[in-house]
Parts: sequence; C-alpha cells; structure tokens
Amino acid sequence: MSVEISVNLRKKIDEIKKKFPRDKSPILPLLHAFQDEFGYISVEIEEEVAKIVGVSPVYVREVSTFYSMFNNKPVGKYHIQVCGNISCWLRGYDEIVEYIKKKLGIEIGETTPDGKFTLSRVECLGMCDQAPVMQINGDFYGNLTPEKIDEILDNLE
Amino acid sequence: MSVKILTKHFHIKDSHKIDVYISDGGYKQAERALKEMKPEEILEEVKKSNLRGRGGAGFPTGLKWSFVPKDTGKPVYLCVNSDESEPGTFKDRHIIEKDPHMLLEGIIITSYTIGAHESYIYIRGEYYPQAIRLQEAIDEAYAKGFLGENIFGTGYKLDVKIYRGAGAYICGEETALLESIEGKKGKPRLKPPFPAVVGLYNCPTVINNVETIANIPAIVEKGGEWFASLGPEKNGGTKLYAISGHVNKPGVYEHEMGYPLMKLINEDAGGVIDGLKLKAVIPGGSSVPVLRAEECDINLDYDSVAKAGSMLGSGAVIVMSEKTCMVRALQRLIHFYKDESCGQCTPCREGTGWMLKIINRIVSGNGRKEDVDTLYYIAKGILGHTVCPLGDAAAMPVMSFIDKFRDEFEYFAINKKSKVE
Ligand SMILES: Cc1cc2nc3c(=O)[nH]c(=O)nc-3n(C[C@H](O)[C@H](O)[C@H](O)COP(=O)(O)O)c2cc1C
Ligand code: SF4
Repeated sequence: MSVEISVNLRKKIDEIKKKFPRDKSPILPLLHAFQDEFGYISVEIEEEVAKIVGVSPVYVREVSTFYSMFNNKPVGKYHIQVCGNISCWLRGYDEIVEYIKKKLGIEIGETTPDGKFTLSRVECLGMCDQAPVMQINGDFYGNLTPEKIDEILDNLE
Repeated sequence: MSVKILTKHFHIKDSHKIDVYISDGGYKQAERALKEMKPEEILEEVKKSNLRGRGGAGFPTGLKWSFVPKDTGKPVYLCVNSDESEPGTFKDRHIIEKDPHMLLEGIIITSYTIGAHESYIYIRGEYYPQAIRLQEAIDEAYAKGFLGENIFGTGYKLDVKIYRGAGAYICGEETALLESIEGKKGKPRLKPPFPAVVGLYNCPTVINNVETIANIPAIVEKGGEWFASLGPEKNGGTKLYAISGHVNKPGVYEHEMGYPLMKLINEDAGGVIDGLKLKAVIPGGSSVPVLRAEECDINLDYDSVAKAGSMLGSGAVIVMSEKTCMVRALQRLIHFYKDESCGQCTPCREGTGWMLKIINRIVSGNGRKEDVDTLYYIAKGILGHTVCPLGDAAAMPVMSFIDKFRDEFEYFAINKKSKVE
C-alpha cells in the first residue's frame, strides 16, 4: 500500500526540503507533517519519508520510535494527553485522570470504541502554572476540574 | 520594586506583536549593535555582565561565546534551546508567548557577535501554539528587514529557523539537541570536542537557552556593568522564577538574582495553599536535590543555592505542603527519568529501570525494608558514571529524598502504606 500524498502535503514536503537542506534534518519535520495529515506514522509513511530523505526505512523507524510524540498506531480523533508529572500530580492529577477514565470508559493507552478519544499520560508539558493540565490535539487546557473537563470534552464534536 | 528586563512588556496588550515591541524601542539595540559596535565590544559587555546560562548549568555566557574559533572557514551556528522539558519549568514559554521579539532581537545580536548567519530555535514539539506564535514573529521580523539579507542596510545576513522536537526530554541536553536537528535519535555526544568547536553539522556552534538570549538586548542597551550590578557577585541580572505546586499563585516572577526563596513563596506566590505548612521545595527543576522547609531560608542565585546543597538549575521552584507523600512524589520523578533515558549508558538505562521497579513495589504495598537502601545504592551507582548529566539528574533526587525523608520511605516499605496520607 502506498501513501496518498495530498497537494497540501506535497507543498509542505517541498518547503521542508528547501528549509532544511542538510543531512537528514528533514526527517523530524517530515514526520510531523505526515502525522498531522494521517494521525500516526505507519510503515508505509516510514518508507515514504525514507525515500524522500534518501535513507533506509529502518533508519526512519529508529528515529520515529525514539520520539514519543510520533504515534506508531492510529489514535482517536481527539488525543487527550494528561500530564502526570510532579507539579500536576501535586495539584490533583490522580483525581483528574480517574475522572476522565470513568467518563470515557477507557484506561490510559486506550481509544473509545467510536474512535473519538484516545487517552494518554504524558510527562511535564511546561504548563505547571496551570496544573493540572492536559493537551488535546495541540491545544492546552489548564486548571482542570471535573466540571471543566465535562465542558471541554462535551463540546468536542 | 524589582527591575524588570524580561517581563517588562508582559502586561501590555498584544505584546507579542512587532509594532508593540518597536514602539517601546524594540530592535534599536540590534540596529545599534550591527551599525556601531564591533563583535568584540559586544562580547566584552556580555562578559562584564556576569550573565550565566539560564538553561540550568549557569555557565558564563560571554566565556562560552569566546570559545568559538575564528576563521575556520566553516559556518558558525547559533542554536537556541527552547526544549524546556525539565519538570516544573515553564519560563521560556512565557517569553515566547508574550515577547518573542525580545528573543529575536537577542538572537540577531548574539549571531552577529559570534559570526553566525544561521540560527535554529529548537522548540519542544508539545509547544505547538507557541511554535506558531514564534513563526509569526519571525515572519514579521523578515518583513521589516530585521532578518534575512542586508539587515539594517549593514550587509549582515541572518536566517532564523524553527526546528520542532517531538517529545524527548533528552533533546534539551545540548549535544542531543544537535543530533536531533541533524535528523537523528537524540543521543548525547561525548565531550570533548565541545560544540563551540564541533557542533551542528560539525561546525562551530553556540547553544544558549531562550532566557539567556532574551537578556542580550538589555545588556547592549544598558551595559554589562549595569547588568552585573543587579545581582550578587558572579550572578548578574534578573531571573525568571517559575513557581508551581502547592502555592496559591503559581506563575513566573522576575526578580534580581539572589531573591529570597521564602519571599517568592509567601509574597509573590501567595503562600502555601489551604494555609498548610511548607514541607519541602525543589528549587531548580526536578533534577536538583530537594530542600526541607527549614533549609529554605536561602537566596535564589547559583552560588547561594549551591551552598545550601542544591542547585538553581532552571529556576523552577516546586513547592510541597505537609500533605505531600514524598515516596509518591519521588515515584513520579523516577518514572520520568526512566522514560526519558536515551539508553546509551548502562548505569542510566538499567539503573532508572531498577529504581522504578523498586519504588513501584514500595508504593503498591509490596516493599521490603532493605528496598530503601537498595534504591540509594543504585542511585549512587549512576551518579557520575554516565555520558550526560541526565544520569546525575535521575540520581540526585533519589539520594536527596532519601537523605532528607528516610523515615517516610522506611515507613512505607515496612507498613505498606504512606506515612502522611
Ligand atoms: C537532560 C538535560 C536536559 C536539558 N534540558 C534543557 C532545556 O530544556 N533547556 C535548556 O535551555 N537547557 C537544557 N539543558 C542544558 C543544556 O544542555 C545547555 O547547558 C544549555 O542549553 C546551555 O544554554 P545556557 O548556557 O544559555 O544555559 C539540559 C541538560 C540536560 C543534561
Ligand atoms: S546518562 Fe542517560 S540520557 Fe544521558 S547519555 Fe547516558 S543513557 Fe543517555
């Protein structure tokens, strides 16, 4: 199976190659661009990136698995990443994550059956002034309470 | 009133926009530096300023710049470290969100001083909205002719590019950061050679933290001596203290170097929550030794915190109240270092895994009395035996938590429950 590259993605790939012409530097920006489009990094995407950069697919695999932000399997439409590090934990991570688990009926690392939500625990997000914090598809939400979580999650289509 | 350098625009509406920055004299120092100052003169001011790296190690910035060899025929690079993944640290994010142009002006002056024509800002992947804001600021600066070819009509050329990380704390370590920009796994390099000589793409490279660089325009404007006068000896300038945990008003507060820790907790941050008693403070990001409440009567500068047996690190102050279970707190930290070890040194890779197993065992009620000593013994075995300081960063919290709260650890291991919860 080969990867379908949209016009938009093709444009991004060309920009990345131009902006980072040296060595293997395009790899990380390319992986970001592909993940933005497809939601995760499949074997086919690794092969595609390898072709663009001129390295072996296994090299791309090694890089993509080293970095925790690259998903190696599909995730839900909304990827909820709750910070479980010290500052968030001090401000109630345990209760927050329990609440989300119950609300969605899934454990950490799982996706809801309708494919809408994936729940992950992540390390410090650099938002400790607003602890407890979560990030959903790039957007940060801080000072979480059960009410606030209801409001945020219920408003996601 | 404290002197404000880095946060002076934070309260202004749209402070991230270039017109707002320019209306308060922004980019004037870059223009003056490029037109009227020689690189050596700027270097001299930075040396005089006693500015020390705000990324954690506190290395004198002027000295670091002076290590860049001249006339190697190779390009020189400036890499700005915006990885900001040390737990408890969120100060650089505030600069990027509220005053990205101060950072860019600092980048122009720094690049000119070290002879760089290309600069990379390495920003952690999770800072996605922040990367967008920063790119907008870069675009604005290009549009005004402050970046690109022939800056201020001086013939000087500089390109600034953002490189996004992807969730690896270790890429904040300067040589892992370089590997990452080169499209590799973020595994730290052995030093020497130091990056100033063999850095990005094997060329001379300076790596500095965001906050470090953001100070440069003020040093050029007001002079190194002025900057040095703001803090105690060898600790020039102001510092962004990022305080979090059990306080009423967590946030970023700027003060002259050497600001008292207890004042930061009680006045700036509004004291410990719910009127609880202070129990412990980690004064410089999760990697540094913890302090007991009675050890907190100290000033926050590199040398004073070191004298108290800890480190100022990134200036991230994590506050814990009397209700905190130190065993569970340490479990969080060990989990983090285990996750983030790059795996190339055996003591760090295996040691963090063993420590996690043991602390998990204690917390789940299956601990044994000797577990506490074993934990300590493993940490000691990691300390000083690894390629990069992440090994030490994993070991120091473990040793200091046990040194200072041993009774809680032994209680948990023997009684299968927390002493405080
Ligand atoms: C594991 C590890 C993580 C680090 N993370 C960061 C970071 O996120 N940001 C940073 O500026 N420095 C970080 N550092 C320190 C850098 O290696 C380097 O000393 C610093 O960027 C130099 O800039 P400065 O002299 O301006 O402080 C880290 C170091 C280690 C060992
Ligand atoms: S100390 Fe740990 S993180 Fe650093 S190089 Fe060794 S294994 Fe990697």
